[in-house]
Amino acid sequence: MSKPYYKEEDLKKFKDIADFEPELAEKFFGWYGKVFEEGALTAREKAIIALAVSHAIQCPYCIDAYTKDTLKMGVSEAQMMEAVHVAGAIRGGASLVHGVQMMNKVKKLSM
Amino acid sequence: MRIETKKKESKRSLKGKNHKLAQVEEQLKVLSGGDFADGSLPTFKDKIEEMGEYPLRPTNIEIMQVNLGYMCNLVCKHCHVDAGPDRREIMGREYMQIILDIMEKTDIHTLDLTGGAPEMNPDFRWFVTEAKKVGVKDIIVRSNLTIILANKKYYDLPEFFAENNVHVISSLPYYNKAKTDRQRGEGVFSDSIKALKMLNAVGYGMPDSGLKLDLVYNPSGAFLPGNQEQLQADFKRELKRLFDIEFHELFTITNLPISRFLDYLIASENYDDYMETLVQAFNPTAAMNVMCRNTISVDYDGYMYDCDFNQMLAMKVAAPKSQHIKDFDMEALNRRPIFIHQHCYGCTAGAGSSCQGAVT
Repeated sequence: MSKPYYKEEDLKKFKDIADFEPELAEKFFGWYGKVFEEGALTAREKAIIALAVSHAIQCPYCIDAYTKDTLKMGVSEAQMMEAVHVAGAIRGGASLVHGVQMMNKVKKLSM
Repeated sequence: MRIETKKKESKRSLKGKNHKLAQVEEQLKVLSGGDFADGSLPTFKDKIEEMGEYPLRPTNIEIMQVNLGYMCNLVCKHCHVDAGPDRREIMGREYMQIILDIMEKTDIHTLDLTGGAPEMNPDFRWFVTEAKKVGVKDIIVRSNLTIILANKKYYDLPEFFAENNVHVISSLPYYNKAKTDRQRGEGVFSDSIKALKMLNAVGYGMPDSGLKLDLVYNPSGAFLPGNQEQLQADFKRELKRLFDIEFHELFTITNLPISRFLDYLIASENYDDYMETLVQAFNPTAAMNVMCRNTISVDYDGYMYDCDFNQMLAMKVAAPKSQHIKDFDMEALNRRPIFIHQHCYGCTAGAGSSCQGAVT
């Protein structure tokens, strides 16, 4: 079996990024923790956003982490999948909206 | 396209299948092994010692939780009792009478009836009626709801509960069918909804009603419960919106790694991660409020345990002269050290977990 590029257990080593550069890591983790606290958005809403973004950026670690978090928070499977569709729609839309750019160029170049 | 293939649900308990995890020694071997054996995770004892609280001792017994038998109409995948229709262990009236005498003589204010399905014990109604007569303040029945619809003889349970002002606490892992049925068996969700409607109809769970109906949420898988208040708000909103059902409180309970839930964790290859999650979520405040400090658990045979989980692990109370209700000695029991093992991490994770939900 070929070795996977991403390893599940590496997620647990995330904090180790501080070994190479502690100051920035500390700032990052402090900021990260603060971002996900209850605020104008609930922790639950933030976790759903994070789940959608994880799919948009296709980060396997983030997908694992926020699937677990949203499940824990009682987010339903349908809600989780709808969030993934939002990510997909934005990604698909982002490609398609560039069709206008293509059309502009076609029009400029064509008689 | 549906990728999932449906496996036939087993109606047998681990004991009925002669599964090795039906044996206590096997469960304890698993809980002592792995990351705990090689020191990569601290044992529960290490944690309690670190807090200077070893051995953990009771505060005062206030709740008597009586397991009326392991027989149940359901075979839930997470059941720590390994209950099911094939279990025959059942408490007789003789021990119930001894418990009533204890309740009368002591200041234990709550009688918490569990099982199995406690309603399946033929002396259940007698016991409840007598408990009311001797003036027990809070009589709790942990009902799986579906029992109310399982047989004609149970249809009037809501009225019986109401007449005796029984406090009903019922399991409902989620407010939709898919998640509930995957954990508790096909058809359980729709029967639970029908039963909740019957309970609402006699006044249970209604706003300002004295007939208490609380629900228990436990995660349908290898993850911890979320915030109790938020989940309660979700359950209240959705059960009202979808089914016009009312209830009072929602208790979040963490699944403990014993019996059938342990089997599930191992079979689904979630055991190591789950234990690590529990250990990482250890909360010292929750540890000081664990239910074994104010509860005593009694099995069908009259023996006493620190909790229902220790009952399933056959760890009788460490009060040698007061292990059986016939020899009930409040002082000796209040002085005893509580048996702990790695499963106890389930009660101390996050906001903590008990039969009354979160403890912090």
